[in-house]
Amino acid sequence: MSDTTFPAIVSARRLPNLLDIAAMVVIFGLFVALVTGARSTLQPLAAMQATAIHLQPSFLPYYALRTTMRMFAALVCSLVFTFTYATWAAKSRRAGMILIPVLDILQSVPILGFLSFTVVFFMGLFPGRVLGAELAAIFAIFTSQAWNMAFSMYQSLTTLPADLDEAARAFHLSPWQRFWRLEVPFAVPGLVWNTMLSMSGGWFFVVASEAVSVGSTTWKLPGIGSYVALALEHRDIGAVLEAIGAMLVVILLYDQLLFRPLVAWSTKFRFEVVAADEAEDPWLLALLRRTQLLRIGSDALGAIFFAVSGMRLARVRAPRERPAWRSRAADVVWIAALAVAIGWAATRIAGFIAHTLHWHDLATAVLDGCFTLARVLLIVVVAAAIWVPLGVWFGLRPRWARFAQPVAQFLAAFPANLFFPIFVVVIVHFALDPDIWLTPLMLLGTQWYILFNVIAGAAAFPGDLKEVASNFRVGGFLWWRRVMLPGILPYLVTGAITASGNAWNTAIVAEVASWGKTNLVAHGLGAYIAEASKAGDTPRILLGVAVMSGFVLAFNRLLWRPLYAFSTRRMAL
Amino acid sequence: MDRIVAPTADALLDVRGVRQAYHKDSTADLVVLDNVELRLVPGEIVGLLGRSGSGKSTLLRIVSGLLTPTGGEVYWRGTRLRGPAEGVAMVFQSFALFPWLTVQENVELGLEALGVPRAEREQRAEEAIDLIGLGGYDSAYPKELSGGMRQRVGLARALVVHPDLLLMDEPFSALDVLTAETLRTDLIDLWMEHRLPVKSVLMVTHNIEEAVLMCDRILVFSSNPGRVANEMRVPFAHPRNRLDPAFRQMVDDIYAVMTRRAPAPAPRPVGAPPQIGLALHPLSINLLAGMLEALAGPPYNGRADLPALAGALQLEADELLPLGEALALLGFAVLEEGDIRLTDSGRQFAVEDTEARKTLFAQALRAHVPLASLIHDEVRERRNHRVSAARFRDDLEEHMSPDYADETLKAVIGWGRYADLFAYDEEADQFFLEEDQQEELSPARAG
Repeated sequence: MSDTTFPAIVSARRLPNLLDIAAMVVIFGLFVALVTGARSTLQPLAAMQATAIHLQPSFLPYYALRTTMRMFAALVCSLVFTFTYATWAAKSRRAGMILIPVLDILQSVPILGFLSFTVVFFMGLFPGRVLGAELAAIFAIFTSQAWNMAFSMYQSLTTLPADLDEAARAFHLSPWQRFWRLEVPFAVPGLVWNTMLSMSGGWFFVVASEAVSVGSTTWKLPGIGSYVALALEHRDIGAVLEAIGAMLVVILLYDQLLFRPLVAWSTKFRFEVVAADEAEDPWLLALLRRTQLLRIGSDALGAIFFAVSGMRLARVRAPRERPAWRSRAADVVWIAALAVAIGWAATRIAGFIAHTLHWHDLATAVLDGCFTLARVLLIVVVAAAIWVPLGVWFGLRPRWARFAQPVAQFLAAFPANLFFPIFVVVIVHFALDPDIWLTPLMLLGTQWYILFNVIAGAAAFPGDLKEVASNFRVGGFLWWRRVMLPGILPYLVTGAITASGNAWNTAIVAEVASWGKTNLVAHGLGAYIAEASKAGDTPRILLGVAVMSGFVLAFNRLLWRPLYAFSTRRMAL
Repeated sequence: MDRIVAPTADALLDVRGVRQAYHKDSTADLVVLDNVELRLVPGEIVGLLGRSGSGKSTLLRIVSGLLTPTGGEVYWRGTRLRGPAEGVAMVFQSFALFPWLTVQENVELGLEALGVPRAEREQRAEEAIDLIGLGGYDSAYPKELSGGMRQRVGLARALVVHPDLLLMDEPFSALDVLTAETLRTDLIDLWMEHRLPVKSVLMVTHNIEEAVLMCDRILVFSSNPGRVANEMRVPFAHPRNRLDPAFRQMVDDIYAVMTRRAPAPAPRPVGAPPQIGLALHPLSINLLAGMLEALAGPPYNGRADLPALAGALQLEADELLPLGEALALLGFAVLEEGDIRLTDSGRQFAVEDTEARKTLFAQALRAHVPLASLIHDEVRERRNHRVSAARFRDDLEEHMSPDYADETLKAVIGWGRYADLFAYDEEADQFFLEEDQQEELSPARAG
């Protein structure tokens, strides 16, 4: 499945342009508005009663359920967002002009850094109630999921096959029918794949967003994440292991009950002329398709959906003829309005920053950013060095690949932050240098993306080329350099892109760690943001997040996208 | 405005003075179709025959309402056409089936869009599926079907809405020879038995025999810009016999029409820059050389009848004609009245070895393809022997659509590489000189 679908981030425009800057201004303008709004409501909030979290294993199933519910609430929000935002951006040229660059930047913003004041903001909406914190957590997960899903949908909507588009128009499909018969089905495979990546990332965020401290106040929501946070305070490694166990069960269920069937089902929508050899149905899908009773149920649901989506609702309107100058005039008005709004947002941001920050703050943040950049690069290189040989080994052996691929995907979904305490215990015990030894934490969650992409790449490597290599007895280093590495390069780059994106986000939680009263801090932008969050220092959080977004953006545009374009261009026969 | 009654009320379709142009910022518009007239009455099958790029598919899209022409008018049943009209259904070259819908769901699509109630929808779909010979495949997905079966689904989907006009865009060109023939005869049989729920058929094709086999009337298009060059009536009764001498003669005549040279452009004034605005097809050298060898050898011995040659080489007119024209352009052959004849240099090329062929080809390129000599000269004049290809692409786009410019450049790259005139770096999109090409250059400079 991964051989045809790639993360949304790689295929968009390549060079930074004016609209990127505009989008960045818009986004950070909104953040500033959010922060100023949140600050005014901060005061009466201090006295929220803490929800008691119990460190007994018997509570874990309930906590796991709460965590999962949060996750799915966010997924529903993300899907609603995807269907509306992406459709709007694709259908309206003028809206798309600003919506798409905004989305592109949002993909690069490390939302984890904003956790503290989204909490404050939502608590402000529902003072003294748990609902505020719940919404904040759901919002955090939503922000980790929605962007690449929306992007994938947008890309599908703008790359509809021309002949199907013509067929839909020639046979007079109404906009509603067109949406459900042509556009959504065409978007499904990419959307499912990106949803899977999103969900994998989401588990990480749900764990991180359940226990949030701003200044002196800590909010804890019942869930696996807060269970682990409490265990850390109590230096209870047993409880940490129990939480890991519970999470394993949750992810296993999610994997088996939701995603395997969904991905297998989505292959039906792949746009291809010839039938590819399809993998066996996962057991749940097989159950649904082959068990009489269940099939009647799912068929009935499908029939209802098919009938509803086939309704006309509105007649096709004949295209109206409008003089071109009117459209152009409207464009000018629209662009002018955008420019005014962006200019205004820019002055507000400048005002907000000039109030509290100096140039040396920027210098500190950029320097810290360089440290984190070095870590991210190191991690991608190390992960590639470890997993490329192993992934190729697995991928070239179909029996092993069938087994290893899902395991790697499963491990990628597992929230690595649950494992952090174990490493921290070791670091504290041996008094190791946090600058070096906190780095492997970032590796924990990110390496699997490289592994499963490499496996997919090696598995898809053309059989005749393998035979040529052995026929001419190409071996050893030459085989890697001339045969295998170029062959899996597009996959490796895809994996590395996803991995590095995750590593940046992880930095915010991985560069700072604590064990009871002991605090470990590494130099880096992640630690900078985390410390600022802890201190409730909003201007510095904003600065840190902005600088990190800048790094991620530059990294994507200047390294990953050209590399990806190169690798696919070179490999295409 | 919508209710203008056309004077020719008995016509189903009336296309008047249609012109399709793509707007270019810098220079004149690129005209794809120019001043096309077409009238269609009930009960006839009309074929639009032409080479790729002659605008015949564009005309079909204009008639279907998918494309609004930049000039002229289209009247459908006496009313000005705006957008896809009711009573017009289309069959696509690529089938355009929705891979996520079953055969039956695909066929029902057009009825669903018309808001036909479910029971009636199912019944009509069933009829169409049976009519077109798809019974039993109702619940299959398109990817489970062979190409021929897929196009049957495409036909059923169009017929189920009982259109007055059936549009077919090269419906059989994606199929193998045998499958295409079966489908053609099945369709003609249904048409003759009046079992097709349509009044007229308008089809686009580049296959001359197909047009003569199926159509009552054929409009032959010329290229650049697309115009109706000739209109002929096919007088034969169905079923038609391909081996009938009259049938063969008609095919021959159409070949002659299609190879008739466009009026030569006015000779350029002395001192004007060389004319590069000539669209080329990127034909492989192997194909050109193979054709020259075939022509030079027996039984042709330097001269061949194009329809016979197409049959012997198993090429369609659409493949054979560009080949012949490329050879004519390079001065290796001459096209005249449906025949192709080798010139002296063509004969020489056919018998030489590889190195001599390259030299011959280089001479032909420099003499007849101004773009190739332009690149050849520029890349030698530059100190670093590198020239960006984007520049030439821009120049070409002054004269043709971006797609054609790309094709033309591709052709020149392929031919220039073979002739050793210059090398091309795809990553950098630059023309350059290989080291041995540079070495050839330096003594010349010194001398």
